[in-house]
Parts: sequence; structure tokens; C-alpha cells
Amino acid sequence: MDLREIWEHRELLIFLAGRDVKVRYRQTALGIIWAALQPLLTMAVFSVFLGRLGGIPSDGLPYPLFSFTALVPWTFFAHSLNESSNSIVGNQQLITKIYFPRLAIPTATVLAGAIDFLIAFLILIGMMLAYGIVPTVRIIWIVPLTLIVFTSALGMGLWLSALNVRYRDVRYVLPFLTQLWLLATPIAYPSSLLDTAWRSVYAINPMVGVVEGFRWALLDSATSPGPMIAVSSLAALGLLLSGALYFRRMEATFADIV
Amino acid sequence: MGDFALEVRGLGKQYRLGAQRELRVTLREALTQAAGRVVRTPASLLRPGAKDRPDQGLFWALHDVSFTAPAGDVVGIIGNNGAGKSTLLKILSRITSPTTGRAVVHGRVGSLLEVGTGFHSELTGRENIALNGAILGMRRAEIARNFDAIVTFAEIEDFIDTPVKHYSTGMYLRLAFAVAAHLQPDILLVDEVLAVGDAAFQKKCLGRMEDASRAGRTVLFVSHNMTAVQSLCSRVLWLKDGRLLDDGPAKHVVSSYLQSITDNVTDQQWPDAATAPGNEKVRLRRVAVRPERTDSHVITTHTPLQLEFEYFNLQPDAYLNLSLHVFNEHGVMAFNALPMTEHQWQGRPFPVGRFRDVCHIPGDLLNDGVYSIELLIVQDDAKVIFRKRDVLVFAVHDAAEQRGAWFGDWEGAVRPILPWTTEFLGATDSMNND
Repeated sequence: MDLREIWEHRELLIFLAGRDVKVRYRQTALGIIWAALQPLLTMAVFSVFLGRLGGIPSDGLPYPLFSFTALVPWTFFAHSLNESSNSIVGNQQLITKIYFPRLAIPTATVLAGAIDFLIAFLILIGMMLAYGIVPTVRIIWIVPLTLIVFTSALGMGLWLSALNVRYRDVRYVLPFLTQLWLLATPIAYPSSLLDTAWRSVYAINPMVGVVEGFRWALLDSATSPGPMIAVSSLAALGLLLSGALYFRRMEATFADIV
Repeated sequence: MGDFALEVRGLGKQYRLGAQRELRVTLREALTQAAGRVVRTPASLLRPGAKDRPDQGLFWALHDVSFTAPAGDVVGIIGNNGAGKSTLLKILSRITSPTTGRAVVHGRVGSLLEVGTGFHSELTGRENIALNGAILGMRRAEIARNFDAIVTFAEIEDFIDTPVKHYSTGMYLRLAFAVAAHLQPDILLVDEVLAVGDAAFQKKCLGRMEDASRAGRTVLFVSHNMTAVQSLCSRVLWLKDGRLLDDGPAKHVVSSYLQSITDNVTDQQWPDAATAPGNEKVRLRRVAVRPERTDSHVITTHTPLQLEFEYFNLQPDAYLNLSLHVFNEHGVMAFNALPMTEHQWQGRPFPVGRFRDVCHIPGDLLNDGVYSIELLIVQDDAKVIFRKRDVLVFAVHDAAEQRGAWFGDWEGAVRPILPWTTEFLGATDSMNND
């Protein structure tokens, strides 16, 4: 891994991320409001159909808050998967004409999602206050938890963007993958439905630790997510390292086959 | 590592055909060339190079290319389309990796492979300078330092805060080149920039390249403009079908390249009078064109030429004269030449037998381009008894000297160098006194 080279191109990373932010909601009527609207609408759907009609438990928390806390990191993750999988193919004009570390492209795409994440997070804090929940010092845990989301999102982004160069099938697999992943993550339901022993296996999905971590750090949920976060961190790291290795192995051929 | 800025050893790049749009273009060209070769000289297919041609869907865009370039060298790269020039630059700029061999580059590489890549049409000129600069590898401070120079160079001061989608093509290209030109790499790779812009802008671009080499930077320059290559480059690499065919002083390599790409008809002979062109009155025996001085085989605009025509007169006591129609490649007749200064035979009856006419075309008369000669044989000053088009076809190459800084086309059917004077007639206040 040539980290020095990436460091030398850090300004390029910022420029590319800035470009992605600038053009993301261009020519949309609602603009940046979409960043808040997407998780909010999903929350509404979940609350009505799953919380109310389905009667799914929410660890004693108000169901809308319970699901929205999970949807904030999830929306960022799902969005990153979507955008980064197409990032190399979408920038083929650059790839075939200029050299720069190719890692900058999916990385910038994931970074560009941080703005949306921040907006959704502020809405979440507002919602908590509305429900009368005041954040404690545990909120500090959001920082490492966010790092885990970024790590997993980037890891997946590297895998998918590199795979997509050779196999455009990625485009068709992705919606199914995202749906499956959503269901395999305790967003609409609590992980307390599982036995404690199984929760650590469950947390191989890095989003499990993140989501339960968010609930614990912000809402003071009853689950003690320590082991899950530990397993998820390792899984996220594994995802990033394997993604980076695959990406590095494939990048020499990008310009030829993209 | 030595003192080389660039070391290329056994470089090869293999492509699978049909893998990419761009490659199909190359394939098409390769096939056209191969077809052309079959028509002209079937034997050339038997040459060793031929067996590497489209074979099982793989082909070598570049094959076993080696060279070194010391710092400060300006190296031209020439060759037909599909010869591997762009592939070479892509490997050197690390856009793609070689299949075999390696390229060692000492220092920062700046490439101008296609100006304007990385521009975003929704962003303004100012934003694009920042973005493009970053993509090309410039630091924020470097961009800020050069910002004014870039804007001035591109001549877009008034439009700097307008989205580039509203720019004219010329403005867009000028801005793109300006950003790239202010990059200060150790090695500058340039692919055919002369295709864009007007004469004044061309001059600026070439000026930047000269500055770069004077500052000790190595420049690799791909171009189809042989005049520019000859005047800018001390050394030239000639690529053909992915191989390095020649590597040497610019003048030498460029002239052998030019020699190879023209289908000249410079010498035709018909030893058998029965099948020779002609009729019952006259028959051709031989036509030829050659430089008057035999030490050079390349015809430039400066070269005095000699056209020779041998023919049989089959009628007793015929009053004959030749007439030459000289056409340029646009089909324009540049001039008509007649034996007006010939006094030995003109106005006298020709006996039956073999004659030879020689016409001298001085240097600095023909322009560069391909000329073809139509030969007419006239009887009694008025009656055309024989005419034949394209008896001779030859290319006149551009002479790099005496052009000043202009590298574009030199217009006109002829290109004489004329006596010229300029006089100073006094200061402006004398205008009224006249």
C-alpha cells in the first residue's frame, strides 16, 4: 500500500469529494433536504408497518427513534455502496487519460457522503430532544463508531468499484445485496431477539455493531453491545484490507478494460 | 540509475482485440494497413513482423521498445496512426501498465495526452482550474501561485467566473492547455497539442515546450506535424506497428519516415515500345523526376528538380513540343510549363527517332505537398497528339528552415522566395508633409 502517495494527493481527494458534493443534488427541486428526507421516510414506513402493525419490539424505546438511530449510519452505508460501486466506471474519462492514485476516486465518493450523514445526525439529535432524551457523555463513542461505518463503507466501495470495472453485473447484484444487508442488520428490529451467544456471530456483519453501538451511545439501550462492536470492528477492518488489496491488484488494468 | 530521466527497456503492451472501443479503432487501422500491404507488396507479409499481427485475438500495440533519454532532451515520436505512440505515452505516464519490460522514470511526470479531461462543465473557470490542477498533481499553493498566469495565458480574464459549459471550444481548450502548461514536471509528455488553437496560441504552446527543455526538463513530443517535430526536437523515435524502427537525429529520421509514407512515382520506364503509352505518332520511353544534386534523395521546397522525358517520334518531319501541367494535391494546376527557352529543336522538324527533354524546376518554387504531372505532346503548336495524367507523382516536403515561428500550413500553389525590401520613410509626423 503506497500510503505516502495517497497522502501526497490528499488535496485531490478533497477536490474530488467537493465535486461529488456539488453535483450530487444538482437539478433536484428539494436539494440537500433529500439528505434528511431519505432516512425520515424510511423511518415513517418502518414505524407504521413494522412497529405499529407488525408489533415488532424496540427494546422499550419509542419505535420511530429506535429505527431512525439505526437508519442514520445505515443510509450513509447504503448510499456509499451505491455511489462508489459506479465511481471508477463513471470516471473512465479521467482514468484513461490521466494518472493519479485510483484509490482517490472511491475514497472521495465515500467521503462526499459525510455531509448527508452529518445532516441526518443533527436531525437525530433534534428528535432525541423532542422525545426528552438528552445525550450523555457516551455520545463520544459515536466517533469510533462512525469510523467503523466509514471503514466498512470504503472496504465495500473498493470491492464493488473494482469488480464493476470488469463485471458490470455489479449493477444488478447491488439492489439485492443492499436489501439483504438491510434485513441482516438490526434496523427494524432489535438484536435482543437473538441469543447472546449468537449475537457475536451476527456481528460479523459490521453494521450490526455500528447500529447497536449507536443505540447504546445515544439512547442508553439495554443491550451491552461491547462484544458485538469488537467483532464488527475486526470485520470492518478485514473488509477494508481485502478491498484495498483487490483494488490494488486490479487497478493496473483499469485503463485497459474500463 | 545513471543520468537518464527516462529509461525504457524491452517495453511491450499486449491488447486483446475487441476489449475496448479505442482498440477497435486501432484494429481497424491495422487491418487497413495490412490490406494495403497485400495490394502493394504481398512479399511484405512474409516479413517476420507480420506473424505478430491479429493472431488469436491478441496483438502487440507496443513490442520490445527500448531507449533512454537524458534530462533536458526533447524527443519527438513519430509514426502512422496505430503505431503505438499513444500507448507508449500512456505507459510512461502510468495510466496503463506494460505487459513486458519496464519503464523507469526519474521525477514527476506531467502529461498532456488530451487537454480538458477532468473539466466539469457545471463548474466555473476558476473552480475548474483548481480541480484540474489537483488532478494533474499540482499543490494548492502551486495553483494559487500560478492562477493569474494561467488566466492570462488562456486569455479568458472576463469569463473566469462563468461555468465552462458556456465557453467556446477555443476558450475551453486554451484554458485546459494553460492549466497543464503551468504544471512544472521533470518530464513532460505531449500528445498532438498542435491540433488545437490558432497560430498565435500554437506559438505560445511551442514556446512553453521550449522553455521546459531549456529549464532542463525532458520533453516527449508526439506529433504528425513534421515541421514542428524537426524544429523542436533534437532526436526522433520512429514507431511502426509497435516497434521502434529508428532512433536518431531528427532530420535524418523524419526524412526517412517521409520517404516511406509517400507513394511516389518518380521513375517509369517502358523498354517495350509496343506496350508503352502512346499512339502511332509518339510513344513514351521513360519519365523521371530527381533532385538536381544527387547527394540528397529527399525533395524539400528548397530542392531544385529535374524532370526527364524520353519518347519516340514516329512521324517524319513533325513539329513537336511538350507541355507539362503541374497539379498540387488539391487538384489545382500550379502552372503550365513549355520548352520556351529551348532553341536547338523548337521550331525545327523532328526526324523519326528517340528524343529526351529535360525540364528544370528551381528550388523555392513548389510549395510542400504532393505534385503530379500531366504530360501533353503537342504538334504544330496547337494539336494535342498525346496526353497522360500522373506520369509523375512526387512529394515535396516542408523545409523546416526560414519559417520563423509559424508551424501551420503554408498556403498557396507555389512558395517562391522573393526579393523584398522595406524602407523607413520618416517618423509619423511626416505623414502630413507628403
